[in-house]
Amino acid sequence: MAKEKKDIISRRSVIKASVGLGALGLSSKTLLAKEANNKNLPPNIPEWTQTLGDGVDVNPYGMPSEFESNVIRRNVEWLTASAESSVNFTPLQDLEGIVTPNGLCFERHHSGTAIINPIDYRLMINGLVDREMIFTLDDLKRFPQVNKFYFLECAANGGMEWKGSQLNGCQYTFGMVHNVQYTGVRLSDLIQETGLNNNAKWVLAEGSDSSGMTRSIPIEKIKDDCIIAWAMNGEALRPEQGYPIRLVVPGWEGNMWVKWLRRIEFGDKPYMTREETSKYTDLLSDGKARMFTWVMDAKSVITSPCPEKPVLQKGIHQIRGLAWSGRGKIKRVDVSLDGGKNWKTAQLHSPVLEKSLTRFTIPFEWNGEEMLLQSRAIDETNYVQPTIKELQNIRGVNSIYHNNSIATWLISKNGKVDNVRLG
Amino acid sequence: MLGLGKYIIFSLFSIFFSISSFSETRKFNIGKIATKQEVAGWDIDIRPDGLGAPKGSGNAISGEEVYAERCASCHGDFGEGIDRWPELVGGSGTLSSHDPVKTTGSYWPYASTIYDYVYRSMPFGEAQSLTYDETYKIVAYLLNMNDIIDEDFILSNENIGKIKMPNRNGFLLPDPRPDVKNLNGNPCMKNCNTPTKIIGKARDIDVTPEDEKS
Repeated sequence: MAKEKKDIISRRSVIKASVGLGALGLSSKTLLAKEANNKNLPPNIPEWTQTLGDGVDVNPYGMPSEFESNVIRRNVEWLTASAESSVNFTPLQDLEGIVTPNGLCFERHHSGTAIINPIDYRLMINGLVDREMIFTLDDLKRFPQVNKFYFLECAANGGMEWKGSQLNGCQYTFGMVHNVQYTGVRLSDLIQETGLNNNAKWVLAEGSDSSGMTRSIPIEKIKDDCIIAWAMNGEALRPEQGYPIRLVVPGWEGNMWVKWLRRIEFGDKPYMTREETSKYTDLLSDGKARMFTWVMDAKSVITSPCPEKPVLQKGIHQIRGLAWSGRGKIKRVDVSLDGGKNWKTAQLHSPVLEKSLTRFTIPFEWNGEEMLLQSRAIDETNYVQPTIKELQNIRGVNSIYHNNSIATWLISKNGKVDNVRLG
Repeated sequence: MLGLGKYIIFSLFSIFFSISSFSETRKFNIGKIATKQEVAGWDIDIRPDGLGAPKGSGNAISGEEVYAERCASCHGDFGEGIDRWPELVGGSGTLSSHDPVKTTGSYWPYASTIYDYVYRSMPFGEAQSLTYDETYKIVAYLLNMNDIIDEDFILSNENIGKIKMPNRNGFLLPDPRPDVKNLNGNPCMKNCNTPTKIIGKARDIDVTPEDEKS
């Protein structure tokens, strides 16, 4: 009898799972029925209250609820020539707190995700060192360990918005950022093992994927806080985030955080790689370009309401948002409901960590009127997040990179939310 | 005999000395010393001054064939770029325009970077499959197409650090940020003078991907 019942439940679980998978391509509207099923509401007793659910052997690695299948990374197909050299975006509008779940951290590859068996992993350190050395993954894990939260933001986050509002979503305009806790070793400890020549002023970090990603990093930053990480949010790095080892360059543009790190070379001059000359340089209106613009300046975004999160009811709501700065801690976030004429200071939620996403909230009341929502971050250096006009006045509109300006979400009378440009 | 014995004793002494000096300077004693061969196999970068450039050479005439075979299917026969793959040639004089075209000729400040990138990463999906000579040939072809060298100029490890690129002085250092008005952490809070007229909507541009509908 008991056996028979278990079989029925298992079969039902399988059907449920396949429905979930089939629904992956469907929009959230379809998946989350707007009208609740009356037979599940009080005073009725829903089916799940009266039957057994899945056992502990069904999901050895847990996945999100099937009803959350719309919470996914998304990409903009027309942006790039191929999906292997492309980017997708973190669904910030669906996240809470400051931790980005590993499977939702945006991806940026230049030649796809390299798959590396950790047994075959080697890190080489060469150049202006006393001893050129090779480390296995096990070797690296024997060094003193650090555990640190840091945001990683692509320098091109918001890059499509320089000239005007182009993409109608929080995910597409702000989603090239994620925030996880890294576990790894300080590069300053590794240097003690190799020794360092006095002429060593620059580091070349090189990936082992088939793009052979390379960036030059000044020695001061390497000694200050760079980490060689093998874990994120408590588990091994995801393959798309550089498994088994990535470089962590806190507060600096994501391109420098070389994934699938295979080599660190010390030299006396920068290497002027493709990624720091032809890319990741900021073209100004006079045709000159800024080079080595590494720091990610303070920025913030309202993650709800936003174009993906319309306002569905009149009355009290909570504005939720994220703020971050590559120069340290977030000190304050202000929110405006009228396009920047009047501001109120939002509540920051602990932990407020340096070079990490910081969560803010502030309640607001919506009674069906139009509103222009903005947020403005101030970091501990007293830097104030600028308007796009302030950035354009200095840098023009061809920069692509380092757009940390204030965004505006228009709430319409019907509750829809739009990405708009004010002027 | 005596001489050999002395040599052995000296060798033992130097091995002992070197091991003990390692344990003094290496704090953790983790990892192994890399051999020259191991480093040589992976150390493929080359710098603007030509440091690291492997021995080899090629000119644009011989480069045309290699380029046509290994590069043109994405970048076009003349470096004009196919579909969304990058154009590699042209763009001179466009950097301050509304539509800047950033190519190896108009934008890249160092010829070494082209060599380094082509060798380590190209062709797309077949990285490090070109020989050193093939790489010099392709770089010479691109430089020639951009009117930087003559078609019979033999590009090599000896001279790649001396090529003068048109946009060599187009880059500004150091980073001047923070470059916006310093508000000292005290921006306007009430009745601020800021434009609030909507001048653009992303919805009207209509390029935002939509989730598939059922």
